[in-house]
Amino acid sequence: MTDLLYNDTEIALRDSVRAMLDKRLTAADIMALYDAPYPRPAQLWAALSDELGVSALLVPESAGGHGTRAREAAVVLEELGRRVAPVPFLTSAVVATRCLTAVGDMAWLPRLAGGEATAALCVPLVAYASTWNATVRPERAGLVGEVRGVADAATGVLIVPVRTDDAVHLHAVDPGADGVSVTPVLSLDMSRPLADVAFDGVQSRPIRSGVEAQRAVDDALTAGAALLASEQLGLAEWCLDTTVKHLRDRYQFGRPLGSFQALKHRLADLLVDITASRAVARYAADCLATNSDDTAVAASLAQAYCATVAVRAAEECIQLLGGIGMTWEHPAHLYLKRAKADQLAFGTPALHRTRLAELVDVPAAC
Amino acid sequence: MSTTTKEELRHRADALLAAHPPHSTTPQEFLAARFDAGLAWVHYPAGLGGLGLPRAWQTDVDAWLEAAGAAPYQRRRNPIGLGMAAPTILRFGTPDQQRRFLRPLWLGEEIWCQLFSEPGAGSDLAAVATRAVRDGDTWRVTGQKVWTSNAQHAQFAILLARTDPDAPKHQGLTYFVCDMRAPGVDVRPLRQLTGEAEFNEVFLDDVPVPDGYRLGAVGEGWRVAMATLNNERVSIGGDPLPRGGGMIGVVVGEWRARPELRTAELHDRLMQSWVAAEAHRLTGLRLRQQLASGQPGPEGATMKLGFARLTQALSGLEIELLGSDGLRYDDWSPQRPEVVDFNGRGPGYRYLRAKGNSIEGGTSEILRTVIAERVLGLPAEPRTDKNTPWKDVPR
Repeated sequence: MTDLLYNDTEIALRDSVRAMLDKRLTAADIMALYDAPYPRPAQLWAALSDELGVSALLVPESAGGHGTRAREAAVVLEELGRRVAPVPFLTSAVVATRCLTAVGDMAWLPRLAGGEATAALCVPLVAYASTWNATVRPERAGLVGEVRGVADAATGVLIVPVRTDDAVHLHAVDPGADGVSVTPVLSLDMSRPLADVAFDGVQSRPIRSGVEAQRAVDDALTAGAALLASEQLGLAEWCLDTTVKHLRDRYQFGRPLGSFQALKHRLADLLVDITASRAVARYAADCLATNSDDTAVAASLAQAYCATVAVRAAEECIQLLGGIGMTWEHPAHLYLKRAKADQLAFGTPALHRTRLAELVDVPAAC
Repeated sequence: MSTTTKEELRHRADALLAAHPPHSTTPQEFLAARFDAGLAWVHYPAGLGGLGLPRAWQTDVDAWLEAAGAAPYQRRRNPIGLGMAAPTILRFGTPDQQRRFLRPLWLGEEIWCQLFSEPGAGSDLAAVATRAVRDGDTWRVTGQKVWTSNAQHAQFAILLARTDPDAPKHQGLTYFVCDMRAPGVDVRPLRQLTGEAEFNEVFLDDVPVPDGYRLGAVGEGWRVAMATLNNERVSIGGDPLPRGGGMIGVVVGEWRARPELRTAELHDRLMQSWVAAEAHRLTGLRLRQQLASGQPGPEGATMKLGFARLTQALSGLEIELLGSDGLRYDDWSPQRPEVVDFNGRGPGYRYLRAKGNSIEGGTSEILRTVIAERVLGLPAEPRTDKNTPWKDVPR
């Protein structure tokens, strides 16, 4: 039976992550990344990995991790979304970890579990399961090709899908290796920065080839879509809470703004959608945790629904904060930027609706 | 708290089945025996159809009895009675009233209706103008009520009436049980935009109501009515549906059956509704899990808003999807439907009937205000009517 609630373990983990973020992350830290993105501070990620073990949540026990604890990972993502935390949890501890787990890697997973290394699946952030393309090819001199818009690629090992005429292969590449160039991109969302990655004759060996490699990437991108919904949920909640607080505190026309019905009703509508987002995000996490047959549907539903709600929450927050929401000083813009980038990450809502139509047999027009 | 275990409850159900085998007992006799055994609604007190047990255990009892061949209990036969009158009588009624009303209500022998809304008191229910004037041990009630479903079948009504016009609006109300067969009660069908007459107008002309039919103290009617309406919002949440059930299932069925109707634009809109329907369904599932585990959340308040938005979008899309066929209507005659099925009949009916989903049981506008104030904690809008004697409020 699907469990859409939070159990005691999950609630305790939430409290720990929240307390750590309260202590070690300020909005000013995130704003600084827009003016001086590199090198990125690693202390917060080190603390989350070392003290709370979040990097090991999805690593199998055989590789030194906690097993596939997708429900707990989802709770971590809710908290990271609430703070738009600039850490590679989703990209490394979820997507790359799922990919390496699917191919049974034992070389990198133990290091990812312990937080000594991070990894990035070398596909665009906007790639999604079953329609992504491998653009890197093996030439005589080594790997050749370019992948644009990869998230959190500037540090850590790159897991590179490589295409030959008849198959897909996965290679692990050190970003410092000869012939690899990782060019940081000024990104809409600098809390999860993109980079263009180019390979010009890079020596490497496949860690897996063929159908298994293909499936591993699909599985990783499905997990990314499914769990991103929890980040979007946390983000949307922060936007709603912040807007409610502002409307309670700010007086105009001799009344608190929150007493005006036109504003109240907008926030009530937003709460309706955020409440549904929670059910959808919990369902996706539970499907992933139980390896359900419905995981593909749950993941596409999660992105088709929660992505849109998060963007709306961030846009409502900016609008209802008035002029304050347009300033650099107020953190609301950090949430808008993350929400909009998240809407495209792992496939837009429209792409996921198309995918859902195939999965649940609602045939397209001929 | 009762010390009965689930095993003991099971024995009780087995004893009922042994004494009244469903195959050789009439359904009505079985229901009566079931009520007397405390297996009607186990969370009610002993002697009133229950055993003072957790509400969730009723699901087990229902399953045991049905597995042994008992007919499933027909909740839809007396929805106002079960969903609104019974919990109100249980909470505010005297022991005499509870004994008098609850058993025939549960057995479906006495159907109930609700006399709350008036032409001048809809969203602003506390503006009720129907007057009840005391005359010894009897009250004399005069006024007009509207949107009363089942009034044509009902033996009794729950009634909200004004007993003190000099008090502020919320303080001058009293809550009664009204005998619908009493002299002066006139029930007239109220035809609605679908053509049918699902509801009634009820005219009350000097109707006698015994003081023994009063629920709660004189002047306490608003508090009693609020308890009733909270039950209404919980009961409107509805039964769990499978994926693709309800109205989305109807429209997707048409889509699958008629490839010639498909366009890319309609396909994306249909999938947007599919996503909204599935999100709504999971929200309902989560609500039930929360209620079962005793963790309240905002889902109860948000479900109805989401439902109205969904059915209205879907039923509008359905007509566009069907094209010319969507413009044919099945029946404009003033029928009196026994059971209202929002998904029944044709697409035109579904489209028109769905308009009521954002009005009945609290308009979407009122619900948004309730959510904003009670869930989000936003301040109330300034009001001029709250502390003014009712007779001086402009109307």
